[in-house]
Amino acid sequence: MSLLDDFLVRAILAGIGLVLAAAPLGCFVVWRRMAYFGDATAHAALLGVALALAFNVSIFAGVLVIALLMAFTVSTLSGRGFAMDTMLGVMAHSALAFGLVAVSFVPNVRVDLNAYLFGDILAVGRSDLAVIWGGAVLVSVLLYWRWSALLTTTLNPDLAMASGLSPRREQLILSLALAMVVAVAIKVVGTLLIAAMLLIPAASARPFSRTPERMALIATLIGMLAVLGGIQGAFTFDTPTGPTIVTVAALIFVLANLVRLLRSQVK
Amino acid sequence: MSLIEIDNVTLHLGGRLVLDDVSMTVEPGEIVTIVGPNGSGKSTLMKVVIGALQPDSGAVIRKPGLRIGYVPQKLHIDPTLPLTVRRFLSLPKRVSNEAAHAALDDAGAGHLCMRQMTDLSGGQFQRVLLARALLSEPDLLILDEATQGLDQTGSADFYSQIERLRQNKGVAVLMVSHELHVVMSTSDRVICLNGHVCCHGAPEHVASAPEYRALFGTGTHGALALYRHDHSLDHCDHDHAQDHAHAHTHDHGQNHSQNQPQDKVTSA
Repeated sequence: MSLLDDFLVRAILAGIGLVLAAAPLGCFVVWRRMAYFGDATAHAALLGVALALAFNVSIFAGVLVIALLMAFTVSTLSGRGFAMDTMLGVMAHSALAFGLVAVSFVPNVRVDLNAYLFGDILAVGRSDLAVIWGGAVLVSVLLYWRWSALLTTTLNPDLAMASGLSPRREQLILSLALAMVVAVAIKVVGTLLIAAMLLIPAASARPFSRTPERMALIATLIGMLAVLGGIQGAFTFDTPTGPTIVTVAALIFVLANLVRLLRSQVK
Repeated sequence: MSLIEIDNVTLHLGGRLVLDDVSMTVEPGEIVTIVGPNGSGKSTLMKVVIGALQPDSGAVIRKPGLRIGYVPQKLHIDPTLPLTVRRFLSLPKRVSNEAAHAALDDAGAGHLCMRQMTDLSGGQFQRVLLARALLSEPDLLILDEATQGLDQTGSADFYSQIERLRQNKGVAVLMVSHELHVVMSTSDRVICLNGHVCCHGAPEHVASAPEYRALFGTGTHGALALYRHDHSLDHCDHDHAQDHAHAHTHDHGQNHSQNQPQDKVTSA
């Protein structure tokens, strides 16, 4: 256990825990074109933080409840023929604005606001680590269990229906997983960058994948690389850790797509 | 016993009467086509057959243990989703390699196994969808506008594949189309739907029925006959020029003496 006394080890473990859940889920976010959906849910998290502080409950619980509410609202609306990108844009940014306003009412938080917006992975404690890994394992199990059904629904809802699956149920399962990941990620990369941890590893893995499973696996590896590289980089250059992790992920994304371009030139 | 029997089914969707007292059956080994204009309730009727929708009144009787294979309209697969044909066949239930290859061969897509779904042409894609439907060894294949977006040669090839399947496996087929002329040659029976069953029977009968012509206009009628040709001819490779010539003899030689002669002008 003495290993966990090192804050660096805790930070690395927290990052890897998050990636284990976020990378496979991120693949679904990419395949289903839910990027904005992820954004809206993630931005709502700040409102959850404010409520948790005001009512003196755990941040994780507060964020989870609000993220769940947001995710279910959005997935309910998505079936109703609203102009979805506008709707999600409105909800994502107003959730963030409401969160910022709400936080300002809670005394003594303004100092920590940065930690909630950009994460504070180096301050992850043992109990945080337990929450992060608990949530990550839950999401992984959920995704593993529903994998085939989720994929079929992603492919085509009618096809899923003809196979006796309920697209509605699978959509709710994804919403649940998304809310969990948001609640887990807020400590690691913060509200503003959660969507990046969902999207970028998955998008970087696409050029190297021939099957969905492969893409999820490669996305996980790329995410881990970004966490390790980001923590190292933050140390070397004395930069904020969460944004540095996302920066490394973005660099990998650029590299991956350069490789893809080169390969298609060779062909 | 019929594979599917639909008795006096009525169904409202969103307050609108979509199916009005519809009755129909599909017998084993039979190819039945439902035609009708857009919004005539064709897809709704398919959903009732599959069991995805429950009728307000009337009965849907399926033969006990009936296995249905469903071929949807062209699917859009997002290019961000990497998916080989082989992997696609194992969704949602994993299938053995032998079963996958057998189904692909039956659908005329044996060589596509390791290709990416997003790289397939329209015709190849529909064959893969057909292969997927065949995996459950269905007694009844349901095709919902399965050739939409294919050119005429592509559709004709696809339907002759369906006909071969019926011959080799004895599978019954229920398909939906809004282009009767394309499916004429393969259908045993045609049901013309417009909320209610306007008319039904052999393809020639429906094509010349006044109800059908009222729905589709006389312009279509000429085209209809084009694709009705003798089953004894094999048409793996459709020679359209020949079909045309063929059709005209039918058109002129056949029936509807009671119909206006200017019709033939339109068709020529």
